[in-house]
Amino acid sequence: MSDYIVHDHDHDGVDRRGFLKCMAWAGTGLVCVVQGGVLKSYGLSQLAQGGDDKAMESMKGELSFVQISDSHMGFNKPANSNVVATLQAAIDKINALQTPPAFLLHTGDISHLSKAGEFDTVEQMLKGTRAHRVFYVPGEHDVLTDNGKYYLDRYGKEARGSGWYSFDHSGVHFIGLVNVLDLKAGGLGTLGSEQLKWLKEDVAGLSSSTPIVVFAHIPLWSVYPDWGWATDDSAQALSYLKRFGSVTVLNGHIHQTMQKVEGNITFHTAASTAFPQPHPGEGPSPGPMKVPADQLRSLLGLTSVKYMQGRHSLAIVDSSLT
Amino acid sequence: MKNPFRAVRTIAAATLAVFVLSGASKVKPALAGEPNPDGIAVNIENFSFGTATLTVPAGTTVIWINKDDVPHTVVSTEKAFSSSVLDTDDKFSYTFTKPGTYPYYCSVHPKMTAKVVVK
Repeated sequence: MSDYIVHDHDHDGVDRRGFLKCMAWAGTGLVCVVQGGVLKSYGLSQLAQGGDDKAMESMKGELSFVQISDSHMGFNKPANSNVVATLQAAIDKINALQTPPAFLLHTGDISHLSKAGEFDTVEQMLKGTRAHRVFYVPGEHDVLTDNGKYYLDRYGKEARGSGWYSFDHSGVHFIGLVNVLDLKAGGLGTLGSEQLKWLKEDVAGLSSSTPIVVFAHIPLWSVYPDWGWATDDSAQALSYLKRFGSVTVLNGHIHQTMQKVEGNITFHTAASTAFPQPHPGEGPSPGPMKVPADQLRSLLGLTSVKYMQGRHSLAIVDSSLT
Repeated sequence: MKNPFRAVRTIAAATLAVFVLSGASKVKPALAGEPNPDGIAVNIENFSFGTATLTVPAGTTVIWINKDDVPHTVVSTEKAFSSSVLDTDDKFSYTFTKPGTYPYYCSVHPKMTAKVVVK
């Protein structure tokens, strides 16, 4: 990737290519703001200290929400023997945000073994955040037994099918998808024809200027299919979103932050609050990665997102738990 | 701020260092097809079944043991058998009485596939 500016519509010294390079380089600790299709970025420490007026001004959103992911409550192996403590650290981070989030998105693997007590713990703990509500989508660890019936009974009362749904907030259309059920031997994440049909109908009546946020557990882009880090029929789903000017896709599952911008769509994966996993292909498997204790929290985190109405602006901020 | 990337790069250097260190983690190699007094053992390790194709005589009991830190399942593609969720060190066994080829997979991580051939 080149260092020079290719497109600089806002004359701010940042273009999409530069953004990608920057994101690839920085991993976490970066704020990116989309304004009129152009991405601007700010160091997270500047925002935390409130030291840059211009940055702070542009971060004043009409909607702020936080994504957390992969809490794996019940996990107690060497990679993290205290997932309660790290989830609590994430909650403390959320409560330290200058703007309280309107709600939380949890992108799955709430529990480690789909046990009621594990869901209970996460639910109780998240009541300690300043967010008014938590929207969930399941990870494969949440539907280990009974094909996801318990999850659906618990979280899917207002949902369709195996737990998918949509809602509107501050002019943004949010779509929660389920891609962890009915997985086929040798395959990847799956949305399935019923959900795809629903999605097509769900967005059919929306104006193309409506900002869209899609959230689901397994990435809806091909991160690393050899490790199952992709969804078989995601291309079909994304084809229904091509006409929209701003689409943000938020996923979990891979326990690390990763970003990609493809046309109108920004893909983003969140860190886990429980344990890190290796970078794609680095290591024999995508299993929990044990790191020195003093590094663990730097590899866990949460993602906060802000939307500025009328400006087509979505700012995605990754913060580690350190 | 005219070019916010400059500040970001300083942070990036620290983050990058952490990722490089973390890449050094290693996991134990898999053991598979071990003889067992009660049958043939297949270890599930590193998100794979220890023996991709296990050939056994009819009447053999195969015991799968999950050696990973995450849960797996053992599910016959053709619905001949299906384990419950196997957490770390949990076992599942099935006795193959009829000759044939039995492909199976992990329903949690469907990239994990293998088969038992019964002679």
